[in-house]
Amino acid sequence: MSDTAKVLIALVAVLVLAAFPTWQALGAAGEAGRPELDLPEDETQCVEDTEFMTARHMELLNQWRNAVVREGETEYTSTLGETYTMSLTGTCMGCHDNRETFCQRCHDYTNVAPRCWDCHVEPGGGGDE
Amino acid sequence: MSEDRRTFLKEAGFAVLGLGCGLPLVRGAFALPQHGTEEDVQSSSQWAMVVDLEKCLNEEVRAVSAAACHSEHNVPDIPDPDDKIAWIWEEKYKHVFPDQVHEHSPVEMREMPVLVLCNHCTNPPCVRVCPTKATWKRESDGIVMMDQHRCIGCRYCMAACPYGSRSFNWRDPREFIQTDGNGEMPSDFPTRTKGVVEKCNFCAERLRDGRQPACVEAVDAVPGGEGALTFGNLAEPDSEVNRILSEKHTISRRVSLGTGPNVFYVV
Repeated sequence: MSDTAKVLIALVAVLVLAAFPTWQALGAAGEAGRPELDLPEDETQCVEDTEFMTARHMELLNQWRNAVVREGETEYTSTLGETYTMSLTGTCMGCHDNRETFCQRCHDYTNVAPRCWDCHVEPGGGGDE
Repeated sequence: MSEDRRTFLKEAGFAVLGLGCGLPLVRGAFALPQHGTEEDVQSSSQWAMVVDLEKCLNEEVRAVSAAACHSEHNVPDIPDPDDKIAWIWEEKYKHVFPDQVHEHSPVEMREMPVLVLCNHCTNPPCVRVCPTKATWKRESDGIVMMDQHRCIGCRYCMAACPYGSRSFNWRDPREFIQTDGNGEMPSDFPTRTKGVVEKCNFCAERLRDGRQPACVEAVDAVPGGEGALTFGNLAEPDSEVNRILSEKHTISRRVSLGTGPNVFYVV
């Protein structure tokens, strides 16, 4: 085997190894790593559509918070025209009644630690961790 | 007319000096209307409370009002007086109305227990000093509100309040909230965290549902306590609070400060 061939083989091996994170992620990522969330059984429609809720529920909650606490409003009209009471513990937890298997699971996965439950009281006495 | 360099410089110097003297006046003229608009923020309506001192001499009346309020709002019961949190509590008359007593006032009067709470002032000094607008005077009904999400715990409001109506959470309050057998707190009202200030909110959450504040409801249920606390709107001419205020001799706390308290006491 010529030296050129050896160098080329070594070079390819190094490149493949160096790119390990990329091709490993391409193969293994996706659905497999996602947390399994418990969804309400008797409800199919959230306040807004699922894609919006997954990506931007925190913005919606902030908007609700300011509207309720600072403006004294209570009702939210969704893009579908439905009205909901703006309440984390009432409306949200009314359907998503298990914080551990819904909020917490995904927040652990995405490594975020919102502080809602430092103050808000989870229905059913799960106030403490 | 010819001027030499020296005269010109002298005159120019006096001119600049003269202009400088006038500047504060100019700025004052601009500042006055600004100050005026800040003062003009008045609530279209104003909740108020009338406390009947005589009816509140009944120990049970005072006890149930505080108990009802504190369980309604998940107020922690911290034994250490330095860390205590209270929304409504009792103080001696001589401390509540220091300008109403003197050394010859009857001792029973000076030592008399009086229920105190946030006065939801018309010109609240706490609101003026809050750097984050975590506390503000709600225009719709005059309640001095607290937004715990925004409070940074600087305690300026506590320094500004002349009534000591605010408490600071030196500890995690959850450790001092009595839970029942199932671990449930007395109420679903959000607790606070270590490092924020809290106070009476005139039961804004109950008023939203058209209910009376918890303390008022509680004292009305005590025999002889009916009317010990009366709650109503000052903007409604026929309200019960307006009737009492027009018929009876009432006082409010440290009127001379100009805060405009909206809790009144029938003496």
